[in-house]
Amino acid sequence: MPDSLPTDSVGIVTPQTLHFDAPITLACGQTLESYDLVIETYGELNADASNAVLICHALSGNHHAAGYHTMDERKPGWWDSCIGPGKPIDTNRFFVVSLNNLGGCHGSTGPSSINPATAQPYGPEFPVITVSDWVQSQALLADRLGIACWAAVVGGSLGGMQALQWSLDYPDRLRHAVVIASTPRLTAQNIAFNEVARQAITSDREFHDGRYQDFEALPRRGLMLARMVGHITYLSDASMGEKFGRELRDQAYKFGYDAEFQVESYLRYQGERFSEVFDANTYLLMTRALDYFDPAYEFGGDLSKALAAARCEYLVLSFSTDWRFTPARSEEMVNAMIAARKRVSYAEIDAPWGHDAFLIPTPRYTDIFTAYMDRVAREVGA
Amino acid sequence: MRLDLEIIQQWVQPGHRVLDLGCGDGTLLDFLQRERGATGFGLEINPDHITTCMGRGVAVIEQNLDTQGLGNFEDQTFDIVLMTQALQAVRRPDMVLDEMLRVGREGIVTFPNFAHWRLRWGLTFKGRMPESDALPYKWYNTPNIRLCTFKDFEALCRQKNIRIKSRRVVDGQHQNSWLARLWPNMLGEIAIYRITRETP
Repeated sequence: MPDSLPTDSVGIVTPQTLHFDAPITLACGQTLESYDLVIETYGELNADASNAVLICHALSGNHHAAGYHTMDERKPGWWDSCIGPGKPIDTNRFFVVSLNNLGGCHGSTGPSSINPATAQPYGPEFPVITVSDWVQSQALLADRLGIACWAAVVGGSLGGMQALQWSLDYPDRLRHAVVIASTPRLTAQNIAFNEVARQAITSDREFHDGRYQDFEALPRRGLMLARMVGHITYLSDASMGEKFGRELRDQAYKFGYDAEFQVESYLRYQGERFSEVFDANTYLLMTRALDYFDPAYEFGGDLSKALAAARCEYLVLSFSTDWRFTPARSEEMVNAMIAARKRVSYAEIDAPWGHDAFLIPTPRYTDIFTAYMDRVAREVGA
Repeated sequence: MRLDLEIIQQWVQPGHRVLDLGCGDGTLLDFLQRERGATGFGLEINPDHITTCMGRGVAVIEQNLDTQGLGNFEDQTFDIVLMTQALQAVRRPDMVLDEMLRVGREGIVTFPNFAHWRLRWGLTFKGRMPESDALPYKWYNTPNIRLCTFKDFEALCRQKNIRIKSRRVVDGQHQNSWLARLWPNMLGEIAIYRITRETP
């Protein structure tokens, strides 16, 4: 157990669970009568509640974005590199709110929660949630916390989609949207990868049509495969090459089909670990939310029309080797913002790590993020 | 304030939408936003400049004019398109001028005069590629690949039916000089042109 935490860490943090009693109606038409959201906060809300920043998580993320739960937690929160004292999202200046989204499996109400109507787990009965639904629940969370307007809503990947959706659904409730390594809609290829992941899960014999909890089973194998294929899309060819190359675990070929290459054993390990901590129904739900996200859809595919109501200022960042959500997808968003006459800044950051680059601090990424958030802080007097 | 910026800001009206091509660290746009109530974007490729822009609240887009052009900007969506000290660094200045006046009603262009007497002197008598305050680079590392004289620029405008609304000439320190006014193509180092395709 370490005696001290890094000085630029938010330190030991404790999640809180907030219960919401008012029903929430979802895009699919269903209603959740009540639900819980689990959150973490870092920093202090200022007197006029102007310094709040919302962090939106990606597919497998959760509320634990920064700091440590205990002194012997192996790794800090998933975005600790960007949130903390003196970091881009500076907790000496901002009040940072991070939540586990509805449908998640880390404490917020989701498929593995008990349905009060039946006293059984929701399982496959849990409604399909959309990005707009998340944003709606986050707005209700903001009400609860006394935050009328976020200084910024920030997210990477699926989190960036939420930041974008915020600017469309609640244009008066955020000053800045920071959309990192994201896309205004999934491509056919993106959806195809999600479908492979879902097929891996639903075809696992232990899946039991999503009722695995009733059978005290877990579709580990399916979830592992889903994670393995997903993980490949988060890395770049170059970063995988750099990390593993064609390295073997032993010196020579064994002329069999066990994990002989390092990359195989790495993927298996990642998949196995993930399958122990993540809920399969949540994985299905999150990938579907990704598939459905397309704010331009209602506007005949014209994203600039969808953006007409937006009032915030945007920062859009992409990464050169991200082939999941390529820089071209970010530029599509930026161009729609330009056409809609919104204020937007954009940079493509040179980084070798593929989609995962948004989680890894590189000098240019950190510099830009810091400069932009510093300006946001000055604007709100933080 | 630098004289060129002083001159440019007089041509920008409150509420004007401005696009600054090669906006550098955003000094000019920042000034136009704060002092003239203009709004707009800068395009830039230098990473440090982009970071500085973002930190000071200048909306900046990483975009390379040579490879990406201005195709993502719609026709006539800006009041003014600025290009200070960058025309000589793009691959096709003629096409950039066309694009400037497609997306904007008016263009403001500044560039160094390659016919300034000091440059002529350097080439004629020293037999070396000229260097000056306005052109401080060596021939092998200069970003300035499309140098021209005031006369060249004006000939190109005539050929393209671009109307020059006004021209101001300053010296290498961006100061006013009566000499430069007297014989611009010989004694002026930097010119600031205000151009349009609109008829008066």
